[in-house]
Amino acid sequence: MVDKNEDPLTVRTPRSMQAPAGQAATAMPDAIGGTIRAVIDGQTIKVPVGTTILEAAKELGIRIPTLCHHPDLCIAGVCRICTVEVEGQRTLQAACTYPITAPIKVSTSTRTVRQARRHVIDLLLSRHYGECYSCARSNNCELQALAKEYGVEFFRFGQKEHRDHEIEDSSYSVVRDMDKCVLCRRCVRTCIDLQEVGVLEAIGRGDQTAIGTFMNKPLADVVCINCGQCINRCPTGALREKDHIEEIWEAIDDPAKHVVIQTAPSPRAGIGETYGLAPGRALTFEMNTALRRAGFDKVFDTNFTADLTIIEEGTELILRLYNALVKKDPKVALPQLTSCSPGWVKFIEHFYPEYLPNVSSAKSPQQMFGALIKTFYAEKNGIDPKDIVSVSLMPCTAKKFECNRPEMADSGYKDVDFGVTTRELGKMLQQAGIDLPNVPKSEFDDPFGGATGSGVIFGATGGVMEAALRSVVEFITGLKVEDLYEHADIVPVRGFDGVKYLEIKIPDAVGPVPDIIKHLVPDWNWAKGATLKFAVAHGTANAKKIMEDIKAGGKFSECHFIEVMGCPGGCIGGGGQPIPTSPEIRAARARAIYSEDAAYAIRKSHENPAVLKIYEEFLTDGPCGHKSHHLLHTHYTARGKYIA
Amino acid sequence: MTAAHGNPSGGPSGKPTGGLTFATVDSEAGLKVALSGPRPDIVMKLRESGLRGRGGAGFPTAVKWTLAAAARGEQKFVVCNADEGEPGTFKDRVILNEFPDLVFAGMTIGGRAIGAREGILYLRAEYTYMRDALEAVLERRRKAGLLGANAGGLAGFEFDIRIQMGAGAYVCGEETALIESLEGQRGEPRNRPPFPVDTGFMGLPSIVNNVETLAWVACIMAKGPEWFKAVGTDKSTGLKLFSVSGDCARPGVYEFPLGITVAKLLEAVGGSDAKAVQVGGASGHCLPRSEFTRALAFEDISTGGSIIVFGQSRDMLEVARNFLEFFVEESCGQCTPCRDGSVKLLEGVELLEEGECSTAYLRELKGLSKTMQLASKCGLGQSAPNAFLSIVEHFQGEILGRSAAGI
Ligand SMILES: Cc1cc2nc3c(=O)[nH]c(=O)nc-3n(C[C@H](O)[C@H](O)[C@H](O)COP(=O)(O)O)c2cc1C
Ligand code: SF4
Ligand code: SF4
Ligand code: SF4
Ligand code: SF4
Ligand code: FES
Repeated sequence: MVDKNEDPLTVRTPRSMQAPAGQAATAMPDAIGGTIRAVIDGQTIKVPVGTTILEAAKELGIRIPTLCHHPDLCIAGVCRICTVEVEGQRTLQAACTYPITAPIKVSTSTRTVRQARRHVIDLLLSRHYGECYSCARSNNCELQALAKEYGVEFFRFGQKEHRDHEIEDSSYSVVRDMDKCVLCRRCVRTCIDLQEVGVLEAIGRGDQTAIGTFMNKPLADVVCINCGQCINRCPTGALREKDHIEEIWEAIDDPAKHVVIQTAPSPRAGIGETYGLAPGRALTFEMNTALRRAGFDKVFDTNFTADLTIIEEGTELILRLYNALVKKDPKVALPQLTSCSPGWVKFIEHFYPEYLPNVSSAKSPQQMFGALIKTFYAEKNGIDPKDIVSVSLMPCTAKKFECNRPEMADSGYKDVDFGVTTRELGKMLQQAGIDLPNVPKSEFDDPFGGATGSGVIFGATGGVMEAALRSVVEFITGLKVEDLYEHADIVPVRGFDGVKYLEIKIPDAVGPVPDIIKHLVPDWNWAKGATLKFAVAHGTANAKKIMEDIKAGGKFSECHFIEVMGCPGGCIGGGGQPIPTSPEIRAARARAIYSEDAAYAIRKSHENPAVLKIYEEFLTDGPCGHKSHHLLHTHYTARGKYIA
Repeated sequence: MTAAHGNPSGGPSGKPTGGLTFATVDSEAGLKVALSGPRPDIVMKLRESGLRGRGGAGFPTAVKWTLAAAARGEQKFVVCNADEGEPGTFKDRVILNEFPDLVFAGMTIGGRAIGAREGILYLRAEYTYMRDALEAVLERRRKAGLLGANAGGLAGFEFDIRIQMGAGAYVCGEETALIESLEGQRGEPRNRPPFPVDTGFMGLPSIVNNVETLAWVACIMAKGPEWFKAVGTDKSTGLKLFSVSGDCARPGVYEFPLGITVAKLLEAVGGSDAKAVQVGGASGHCLPRSEFTRALAFEDISTGGSIIVFGQSRDMLEVARNFLEFFVEESCGQCTPCRDGSVKLLEGVELLEEGECSTAYLRELKGLSKTMQLASKCGLGQSAPNAFLSIVEHFQGEILGRSAAGI
């Protein structure tokens, strides 16, 4: 077995506009290898050439306020809140952009600096439609925090008293309130550099400068993939998710409605942050109790359909391989691309529609669950599906768009009524007065029951791949994954490298075809000795690199199966997760998820008893069978990138 | 000379009147010298001449070129800044109209000096009408072997020039915004450091120079550094073109040695009874009569060449308002102090006009001006409050006279 984890494709090329300092900071030390003495507020530190003043100050424990700076993004240097005095320089310098390339003496808190910062804050406030008490970001707002930190007690340059912009809520996912925008352009850099979608840009100049879309069209009409990454990086309430809290309370309060909620793996690793806990503590079972206390009739685990997805998508992969390799069907599209991330799905619909046949037809776990709740679950419990309100707790804003796709109504009803984000649920639970971290734990509801570790790790980049491999490898080789990878941890697909690559050689001895797919493939002889190739990408910028490589006939075009998640880090970094986000925060959430996986008794999707049972009771013609095709599979829309 | 020059005058230094020095220099003589000697001779001569940039900031040209020559890059660029957007400047237009060969020769010399193969003339959108004529000059130079392979007859030296049009934003005259614009991006200044000499156009070493600077380079190569620094001051050598406009008898383009006092310049242009003079365009300073003794030189009051004369009947608040309206509109909108600060200063002028600005608030606005000067990202925001500050300082009586006295 060979695994390669080389990663030639993770380096982002930022636009030249923001290029210099941050780039220099990481690129130069290697090139030059030297260190330089910096004296900051009288403290001395040696730093690699190219380190920014901000980074050096941080090392020394000196806080320099920032606003346009974000750890995930290249440098902008536009807000000017971080200015400091550099000896020998006529003007103040932005600490976030200034690379230290020669010995330097810096003062971060002189009278001039404090005055300048205060002015910057006052100026931002003067153009800001401040209404904190009714703002989605109150208490989680960087502008509010800066005003407090710098002791703003009156509006020196006045305050904006009326709106100049209407709230733009055309999108199912993202709401834009440009009267609260401070023009930090983090959203622009997120959309262009981090995600390489490029929906948002600064338009106009001078006092007319604003963040806009192509021809200022509504977000719903441009190529926005609904990933919500811009929301996660917006320092203010200018960007937020479309919120469904009131509709859900209404359903809960309506005795005629049976309100169920499915909860995806990532929110449980993040929701503690909405209660002020440090990132990395999963509150899975506390959340079950809290949701029941809040009034949900049933609490289901999306991991059930994550496991189901593995069976369906894995079977689809096996069928594609079989049809391509044995039946020599030229129409089979390989590599198969995953379909569980609706941000990624919309990305490929817009930018690579010619590759839609490669996308697995399996619905995302959210939508599989939606279809089953209003059919299987409704039938089983004698509930009229029209009375069911199906809510899904997701780390994701794109799920809001997904559940509103017209084709997502295979149950005969809207399969999922509301997708809510981790942030929204945090607010709901707080409204209900529930002290989430301290409520007792409880289990998920039947008939879907608990899940497997494989379902849980769907939340992190590489998780779907690991889950799929745990099943596919066992199916084909007849061996136990544990015999191949210690503790069944397929480490090469874990971690945050932008693109991961793995080859697995199938041994010459293969196993028997498992019962569940026996009717689809007669034997594994054809797979003997084959080298299967897999890849994982997260964030659409990395997805783009893979797609361009496939287009050019490069190494990824030879892959058999590729996992793509639309958001950096996968779902744990989803656009609906608590704010702020950073590489460290996402790593902490991922650790929470992997330790939950390790704690499960059953860690492979195909061993999930509830999954096996549903194929016996309901989806009786098996994975990729007629019924599952009707309920659990879907089709896509070639959208293209040209806007009417 | 043509009417475009107004009445160019040699002024008090006693240099010959009746024409610009550029008319007396053979544009190709300098190129020949630059291409025949060893490459480092070029910057050496420039260093000796003391030539400083004519675009406004007065950066020593030899230093810029030396840095670019030393920078590593698979390709380098010579960029001529012909964006001439500063209100009240039109001297680059005259140079491009009448002495384009000097400018192109200067660019070619720059190409040799730093090791560039490509020159780009970034031409202000409003000057589109000149484009055909300039293209014709380039074509003529190509045919004459002054551009292209073995340019100027120097074996192995390849250099050509292309023209790229600007899109009508003042800020695109700022060199890093100009480079962004050249690359097809929004014209917004970059963070500096790094500087264009090592990370310029397409991330490669580039020199950006003003039209006039490049023309003087060709002259210095032709006539030698001693000739150039025979006039001017120690720190500001040579002659400089001034675009004079406003309330004076003879507006136009003038040539004076650097170091000339404002009073002497006014005398020459027929503006001696001026109430104030704006030196350096919108981003410059507004001098009252009491400061007319100051010298137009980098060490005293530096300018890209724009001189706007205000007569006795001018309302200085209106002057301030005009300049601030310009900045409110022309700020690239990127950074807070400039974008939002200009708006607050303009609103302050409106309050002053209505007599409703308290002295306390005026003090606040002066503080804000200081922040803009110190914390803005580029020269535009750093100089946007200059006119406002100098007007409220020097014409306090006139301005506060309108206020409902010292609320
Ligand atoms: C807002 C702004 C506008 C500018 N506009 C011009 C211009 O139109 N022409 C010019 O030569 N320099 C302009 N400059 C100066 C350039 O940034 C740069 O310093 C100059 O082109 C360098 O050439 P020099 O060294 O030959 O003067 C401007 C600077 C700023 C900050
Ligand atoms: S964005 Fe921040 S400062 Fe503005 S209203 Fe919202 S919470 Fe208050
Ligand atoms: S949701 Fe994603 S694609 Fe849409 S604007 Fe935000 S970052 Fe761009
Ligand atoms: S919308 Fe938010 S992230 Fe974008 S520029 Fe405005 S404040 Fe910054
Ligand atoms: S100072 Fe003004 S023009 Fe310069 S970068 Fe800032 S906003 Fe743009
Ligand atoms: S944080 Fe440095 S300029 Fe915005």
